[in-house]
Amino acid sequence: MDWLTEFPQLPGRDLRLLSRTIDQYYRSFSRAYGDDIEAFFRPLLDFLLWFETLLQQTPWFIVLAAIVAIVWFASRSLKITIGTAIALILIGVFGMWEDTMSTLSIIVVSTLLSIVIGLPIGILMSRSDKVQAAINPILDVMQTMPSFVYLIPIVMLLGIGLIPGLLVVVIYAMPPIIRLTNLGIRLVDKEVLEAANAFGSSNWQKLTQVQLPLSLPTIMAGINQTIMMALAMVVVASLIGVRGLGQPVLQAITNQYFTQGLLNGLAIVAIAIVFDRASQAYGRRLQRHREAAHG
Amino acid sequence: MAETAISVRNLYKIFGDDDRAMVEKVKAGMSKQELLAEHGHVLGLKDINIDMPAAGIQVVMGLSGSGKSTLIRHLNRLIEPSAGEIVVGSDNVLDMSAKQLREFRRHRISMVFQRFGLLPHKTVIDNVSYGLAVMGKTKDEQRTGALRWIERVGLSGYEENYPAQLSGGMQQRVGLARALATDADILLMDEAFSALDPLIRTDMQGILLDLQKELHKTIVFITHDLDEALRLGDRIAILRDGEIVQQGTGQEIVLKPADDYISSFVREVNRGRVIKVETVMDPVSDASPAQGIEVPEGTILEEAARQMSEADVVNAQVIRDGRPVGQITMRQVMAAIATPVLKDAMAA
Ligand SMILES: Nc1ncnc2c1ncn2[C@@H]1O[C@H](COP(=O)(O)OP(=O)(O)O)[C@@H](O)[C@H]1O
Ligand SMILES: [Mg+2]
Repeated sequence: MDWLTEFPQLPGRDLRLLSRTIDQYYRSFSRAYGDDIEAFFRPLLDFLLWFETLLQQTPWFIVLAAIVAIVWFASRSLKITIGTAIALILIGVFGMWEDTMSTLSIIVVSTLLSIVIGLPIGILMSRSDKVQAAINPILDVMQTMPSFVYLIPIVMLLGIGLIPGLLVVVIYAMPPIIRLTNLGIRLVDKEVLEAANAFGSSNWQKLTQVQLPLSLPTIMAGINQTIMMALAMVVVASLIGVRGLGQPVLQAITNQYFTQGLLNGLAIVAIAIVFDRASQAYGRRLQRHREAAHG
Repeated sequence: MAETAISVRNLYKIFGDDDRAMVEKVKAGMSKQELLAEHGHVLGLKDINIDMPAAGIQVVMGLSGSGKSTLIRHLNRLIEPSAGEIVVGSDNVLDMSAKQLREFRRHRISMVFQRFGLLPHKTVIDNVSYGLAVMGKTKDEQRTGALRWIERVGLSGYEENYPAQLSGGMQQRVGLARALATDADILLMDEAFSALDPLIRTDMQGILLDLQKELHKTIVFITHDLDEALRLGDRIAILRDGEIVQQGTGQEIVLKPADDYISSFVREVNRGRVIKVETVMDPVSDASPAQGIEVPEGTILEEAARQMSEADVVNAQVIRDGRPVGQITMRQVMAAIATPVLKDAMAA
């Protein structure tokens, strides 16, 4: 009557055999193709390194001025711009400038990568209910699977370093932009789309002239979420060798350096707030034409 | 009447997955209710036949849900029919490939929408030039074309505004300018003025009639408002539950409503604006001496009455091609405006 009190499970021997077999297959796969895959991602690594070096080698005041300028042109808000400048100065004063630049570069590159991959997937999903039904569960898994779990196959495949770190961040951060691109396009006003059809627009004309511009606010919300998730993932990715603000945090956990952990954590929060406010203000500016002139 | 620009033949539309099979059932006499209850399909249009006059305004009228939008969307194939034919000029719209259909929509048929259907992220001038941009015209051609029509609908000075900054009436002028800018011969208007305030609506009807005098387009105008139908329509088709219940000129429909449903519609109509002098006149006999003022054939009663009272006479002669063909008196005119049914006069 064992099976009443204990869940009837496979014998331990079988379980071990199962996982060993799968692991072996995967290991031989990664031995066979790991190098090719790494070579495939090589240009990405070069770009990431180039960008990181650029941010770190350029004199700090130029980088600071550039970031503040970008924030100003995106948001046109004095409050957000001054807040950004103060946050960056404090980060520098507390000795976190280099790490912050590393984190910034990986966030920028992984966000760009998420857009380049996620946008077309979102567009495809919006065009076909079948594609949507096939991709949605994958996105669910990507978003709910504990992030540490997919560190494992990626490390087995590519080892430790910047590229696997970048991949982990991208996989984790991409779902919102896919979902919201799909949603935004599906929510475009039917009558406007009908008008575009009635004037004989091609699919490409509809996409570029109507669907993408009208769903841009929703897509921007997706990009904003993607950036936030990428920032959250940078700390986890530092486990597999991604440089930046995550590493001091990791160090602080193992050595119980409370202040160091707190400061680096705050720096991540500060970057998150800057990205968030600047991208949202930009999104709102894109929306301005929707407001009525009087009222 | 004039030659036919658009001919709709035996058109059926049934909403549902198995629509073609359902057409047979409807042809065999199944009702809309049975079709929905037994097969879960919605009967949208049933056996529609209309010949729409070239260079004229064909109105399709009916209550909400009667299938007007469904019908007009078949003409440029925004909706695929379940059965039937749509012939424009000498082309069957249903035989067109996707590419031919795009060309057809770009050059030969354009459309104005009830809720305007403007692109909210584009300025007035970019909205008006949308059709030209889709055709692949150069920026210069787009600009010249758009400016001309913006001026023609009275929106000069608003070129750089966004739709949300304009009133409803102005937005629909943008919609009209956008449709006219492509130089298509056929203009589809789906309740184009229904979303506007009554005064603005009357305004827009005037603009449309003015434009039509010089452009002579083939216009298909959808409305649920009989007064609008009578003011604009050279011919009117009345739709109920997806079926045509009557077709004819405004006067024919007002004077000879085909059934109680249409009678109830036309009861409230201002007859003086619909009925024409030749309908109520007595034919001239050589004996009757010429009396009063002259009014041309086709004058509406209200206008004839106004002219007679201005000239302070109670008689008028109806003139066709410079010759008198009939006589009317103020009394006849007043009686015709007041009487609800004038079947006898029509029969005469
Ligand atoms: N895509 C659709 N699927 C099912 N029924 C539809 C669809 N489109 C319209 N209908 C039905 O067809 C009928 C006519 O609709 P419509 O042409 O929009 O009417 P109108 O424009 O005269 O108000 C309505 O009963 C409506 O519910
Ligand atoms: Mg409608």
